[in-house]
Amino acid sequence: MAYQFSPKVEEKFQWLLTRYPKKDAVLLPLLHLVQDEVGYLTSEAISYVGSRLELSPARVKEVASFYTMFKLNDKGKYVIQVCHNISCYLRGSDDILKKIKEVLGVEEGQVTPDGMFSVERAECLASCGTAPMMQVNVWDYHENLTTGKVERIIRDLKAGKGANPCYEKRIAEGAAG
Amino acid sequence: MSQQIAPAHPLERRVLLEGFGLPNSWRLDVYEGQMGGYKGARKAMEMEPDAIINEVKASGLRGLGGAGFPTGTKWSFIPKNSAKPVYLVCNADEGEPGTYKDRQLMEHLPHRLIEGMIAAACAINSQTGYIYIRGELRLAIERVNEAIEQAYAKGYLGKNIFGSKRTFDLTVHPGAGAYICGEETGLISSLEGERGEPRLKPPFPAISGAFGGPTIVNNVATLAHVPGILLNGADWFLKLGGGTPRTAGTNVFCVSGDVKTPGFLEVPVGTNLSTIFNDICGGPLPGRKFKACFPGGSSSPLLRADEFDVKMDFDSVAAKGSMLGSGAIIVIDDSRSIPEICMRTARFYAHESCGQCVPCREGTKWVYTTLKRLCKGEGVISDIQVITDACNNMAGKTICVLSDACAMPVVSMLKKFRPEFEALCNPANERVTHLPKVSGELGGLLKEIRERQFNR
Repeated sequence: MAYQFSPKVEEKFQWLLTRYPKKDAVLLPLLHLVQDEVGYLTSEAISYVGSRLELSPARVKEVASFYTMFKLNDKGKYVIQVCHNISCYLRGSDDILKKIKEVLGVEEGQVTPDGMFSVERAECLASCGTAPMMQVNVWDYHENLTTGKVERIIRDLKAGKGANPCYEKRIAEGAAG
Repeated sequence: MSQQIAPAHPLERRVLLEGFGLPNSWRLDVYEGQMGGYKGARKAMEMEPDAIINEVKASGLRGLGGAGFPTGTKWSFIPKNSAKPVYLVCNADEGEPGTYKDRQLMEHLPHRLIEGMIAAACAINSQTGYIYIRGELRLAIERVNEAIEQAYAKGYLGKNIFGSKRTFDLTVHPGAGAYICGEETGLISSLEGERGEPRLKPPFPAISGAFGGPTIVNNVATLAHVPGILLNGADWFLKLGGGTPRTAGTNVFCVSGDVKTPGFLEVPVGTNLSTIFNDICGGPLPGRKFKACFPGGSSSPLLRADEFDVKMDFDSVAAKGSMLGSGAIIVIDDSRSIPEICMRTARFYAHESCGQCVPCREGTKWVYTTLKRLCKGEGVISDIQVITDACNNMAGKTICVLSDACAMPVVSMLKKFRPEFEALCNPANERVTHLPKVSGELGGLLKEIRERQFNR
């Protein structure tokens, strides 16, 4: 089956079109919606987005490949990104990365055999005061990390716990749900 | 834990952060009911655009995203009675390493930003605004979106805002992970659905920006200061800081790295850096001593510990050869190697270069790879000159200032901590390591050319 927007994405797409004076401008928010739904930006999805915006697939891919948040291939269910920039480094991000690789048994850029996890480095994610930090699937920030905390997070994710956006922050503020 | 939700330190003066930590501080009813919110926007409704611009000019408010350009002056560049629609864009693509103030403001006090944008839109006669938020900041995006919905429901956004004849529509535009989109023309490219590549100036965005219309791009903290200025007057803002237009107001500083309690704090502009480190952030970690710091994000030249006695305002920090930048202070103590920090700094800029300009695309990579070799103990003494030469050929030679942002801190580290770099160089690596092995006739020829070059 060729890819098409779900009714939910279609509705948001139509709304987005009303918010900008130029159709092309919805490209970034639209690619986010598609990636959230599909998991990553498949060639089919890219072509389909292009056809809806009267843009060539190359034009869509040129944009998608410029931004680090857009995934052009399957990197597993949970992509763990550890910040390795200065503030996180000063607070021990090297140990965090080492621990994750050890627990998952993979190197950077590899996907675990069960297709659940991959791990990579990321640049500064605006958590410098709560370093070291990592993000899961570009939507859940985990801050003030220790090697013990990392083990617990991975265990929870395996058990299906905490697998939704901004989970840690909501728990911390008592606003989960 | 950091001091994020902790009450204000006695030396702090919270204006932007007022109400931070109140339960549900991100809701309109709390912002309006408990913090007196939206009074500044109501006042703006009754003012002439020029009066708003003049008040902001007189207050001395400057861009808090890093450049420090006077905000009122920037607004006055918008042509009066423009035939094309005028756009107001908030730059919330916070990505400078060390910086996290905008994220906190948006997650906790999104209505202060929206109110500031309403007032700014009145000043420049804009009916359409966008908040370009870093894509990774999901919670900030959610909270700002919810806040916008609440403001629409109350009639503070949309048509006839606050019962006036004005229209102001506001939309969140999520970024997708590119530091360069924090540069205002790169941000505009990205807003239009393109790669986030900066554009040549002129034309400046105030003449031809987003969708070809006159456009103002302001940082989150800058816009959030506007309601307070309109409500309390320019004089109040001046006196919050050092009392002059160049030292006005408060600033949120984000402290990270090697201090006892990292975190963000809001102090009067002109507060001494040592006061921030020692009195508010608890000094160095046990058994360690401060060595250096980036006073304004990773693109600011390093200050040595003996230079910490400096007032944190634009001019005083500039007099020390660095810059106030985005207010992100990264502290480094005596247990750290400066070349290692330098390598990580360069790596960031090499990763984030958009690739349009050769001096930046190639220069940042050369600086990074040469530093990496140095840190691995495979460097030679001439590498230091290679890095310096590369930096000299980057700064000021490109469309935007990303190449300068890489060159400035690197050059400052080489200058102030040169012995640390030299200690990593090994004479045993000299010459041989970088020469590819070529045999036969060609090899002989290459050898001859190299020898001639070395003996020149």
